[in-house]
Amino acid sequence: MDAIAQYLAMGGYARFVWPAYGVAVIVLAVMVIASVAGWRRQQRLWAVIEAAGHGRRRASARR
Amino acid sequence: MHRFANPARFMRLSSALMPWCAAAAAACLLAGFYLALFVAPPDYQQGEAVRIMFIHVPAAWMASFVYGLMALASAVALIWRHPLADIAAQGAAPLGAGFTLLCLVTGSLWGEPMWGTWWVWDARLTSVLVLFFLYLGYIALVNAFDDPTRGARAGAVLALVGVVNLPIIKFSVDWWNTLHQPASVFRMGGPTIDRSMLIPLLIMAVGFMLFFAWVLMLRMRTAIVASRVRAARMGEITATEPPERTAAESLP
Repeated sequence: MDAIAQYLAMGGYARFVWPAYGVAVIVLAVMVIASVAGWRRQQRLWAVIEAAGHGRRRASARR
Repeated sequence: MHRFANPARFMRLSSALMPWCAAAAAACLLAGFYLALFVAPPDYQQGEAVRIMFIHVPAAWMASFVYGLMALASAVALIWRHPLADIAAQGAAPLGAGFTLLCLVTGSLWGEPMWGTWWVWDARLTSVLVLFFLYLGYIALVNAFDDPTRGARAGAVLALVGVVNLPIIKFSVDWWNTLHQPASVFRMGGPTIDRSMLIPLLIMAVGFMLFFAWVLMLRMRTAIVASRVRAARMGEITATEPPERTAAESLP
């Protein structure tokens, strides 16, 4: 228990080290979440167009 | 190179590469975090605060690298009009801004205990702040035009002009008396940092790089699908004209 508390204290630098790692996790997570959300949104829009029968020729013409 | 500039080929290539890239990025980042937090020794001067380095330094490298890539893609877009170059530059910009922000925040968190200040207007810190604003300016400029092509062109010019900042960032610590320390990894005569810290640092840097590659591919795929959606809608609006022609003209 003491060992864990001592580790988390980071030699007195806990209030600098942990926020740094926290910010890193947040920044990387935001990049992934925002990018995946954008991908899903465009996939949905494209699915609607496909379902309506539009754009199918264009898509195949490009492949 | 022209072969890879084909959107359809890029879609195939990226969908094959992305799972491997994601797995490798996750492995490197997990290993990097573990090594940085549990294995790397405390510094003889800085104690445990040195662990901030394993985030700060890779983030700083990515901040510059992503800008260099963005400028290169912008040059390719302006000169050869490769359809994927603008998409790559625009996909990279928010990621570069994120890495720069991470670099600035962790730098601040490292500066307070080591230098006794969150911020100083020294050459290194200021030039990185300028880099952050260049990213934001680029993103704002690209989105400021109704016509995406004009926005892309204006953004590409800004990205190229801003590239002058990269050598300033790199050499600021040599050219001026900065509070920020000079390079200790990429320097003449080899790294001055001990292996026990260098190896976790490099693993973390590789993790950041693979992570960036994965997210960039995802964003580029998103942009390609978005351009197809735009083209299809344009075809609907101008239904009197042959839709194929309209769609082909608005290809990225």
